[in-house]
Amino acid sequence: MQEERALSPDAQFDAHLAEGRFMIQRARRSGAYVFYPRVAEPGTGDQELEWVEVSGRGTVYATTIIRPRPPAETYNVALIDLAEGPRMMSRVEGLDPESVRIGMAVRAAIIEEDGRPLVIFRPEGATA
Amino acid sequence: MSRASLRGKAAIVGAATFGIGSAPGHGAIDLAAKAALLALGDAGLQPRDVDALFVCLPQDFLSGLSVAEYLGIDPVISDNNRTGGSAFLTHVEMAAMALDAGLCEVALITYGSNQRSASGKLVGATVTSNDFETRYRPVVPASAYALAASRHMHEYGTTRAQLAEVAVAARRWAQLNPEAFVRDPLSIEDCLSARMVSDPLTVRDCCLVTDGAGAIVMTRADRAKSMPRPPVYVLGASSAITHREISSMPDLTVTAAVDSGKRAYAQAGVSAADVDTVQLYDAFTINTILFLEDLGFCPKGEGGRFVEGGGLAPGGRLAVNTNGGGLSCVHPGMYGIFTLVEATRQIRRECGDRQLDKADIALCHGNGGSLSHQATVILGSGATL
Repeated sequence: MQEERALSPDAQFDAHLAEGRFMIQRARRSGAYVFYPRVAEPGTGDQELEWVEVSGRGTVYATTIIRPRPPAETYNVALIDLAEGPRMMSRVEGLDPESVRIGMAVRAAIIEEDGRPLVIFRPEGATA
Repeated sequence: MSRASLRGKAAIVGAATFGIGSAPGHGAIDLAAKAALLALGDAGLQPRDVDALFVCLPQDFLSGLSVAEYLGIDPVISDNNRTGGSAFLTHVEMAAMALDAGLCEVALITYGSNQRSASGKLVGATVTSNDFETRYRPVVPASAYALAASRHMHEYGTTRAQLAEVAVAARRWAQLNPEAFVRDPLSIEDCLSARMVSDPLTVRDCCLVTDGAGAIVMTRADRAKSMPRPPVYVLGASSAITHREISSMPDLTVTAAVDSGKRAYAQAGVSAADVDTVQLYDAFTINTILFLEDLGFCPKGEGGRFVEGGGLAPGGRLAVNTNGGGLSCVHPGMYGIFTLVEATRQIRRECGDRQLDKADIALCHGNGGSLSHQATVILGSGATL
């Protein structure tokens, strides 16, 4: 716990991911979830934030495709509405970027990319 | 409770552009200075007459100081507000307040960038984005707008062809403007078959990367009457912020232009139906559709249909971006200042082949960040006071 407190909210988020846990903050008083990590709940300024593990369930809110010059691969960038409320940028894997649809049910997974853990999403029911 | 209004308190008395498109041999501050000198000349003034300076050069964090020093201005009021490309419209808001309060006499708002000659890339490489977005490698800033477009298409059935209508209308206006940087013919099909940048936006849905500078000079309305050029009055000005990064935007189909517009209209005592021309920040084609909806020119979701059939082109239902906009006239990183210059030119009836028959009320609208900051300025001729 002492070590956790030495980390900035961003670094704490990544430290949880490195342990295989997708955790976001929740304001103790309002019960509202907060993402991205910060020192206080927006609006109220409540600094009593606790880390909680999310369900990993989400819905695609918006989607785009990036097409870099070959040989780099085409990839998806999406906004995902977490079941807990907050929206985050991520990408949907496990299907062609062209097949990602708004409204699609997705589930979070933690992968490693460029030497750091990263939350991505796959279609609900898909196997990794 | 009565609300403060800026209506008729201050006026634009000088306006100019310089180096539109390509301006090799100039640094950004040289361009900003050239536009400033032209605008001051238009107002019959010299740099030493300026006592309020509003500047925002993207690559110079202390550009307010730099331009004061460069031009020999000793401002009593200065502002380096960094809201993105909308900054200059907030400068109008702040300048009008400071002028009305008697804190200053002559306000200069200027901007210049040599991004095309210098790098060929959009200014903004120095803008720090939230790591919770950059780790997913979006194309900055296009992907943010692409996400908004995807959502608008999903909710309202907006099509890529409707987005293309915005680009084609801008090009048709540019063809009437000798100053516009890109004037080649452009068809809907050209847009649809263009290279994708971030789906559904192609390179034709994205603004230009050019050099260019713009400046305006403002003074109090009572003093404006004795200036050489017909005053263009500020009737209303307001701005609003909803977020910084696109993932924190509450609803990707509704911008804070709803709020900035509502307040600006209330100050001006006009509605969308009274507006003769709209000059808005079309960084991407979806912007035009979103802002026309949010500013009340058509209902939410109807923007795609509103722009169809050359709706925004010369002779269409609404004269939008009569200079050719950021899509076809000029886009030196931040475009907001050019909405103000073009509106001033229309109201003063200086626009040649693209001059509108009626141009008494112009709505200027700026966008900053990723649909994050919205600023609306309503300008009017002397007949509107």
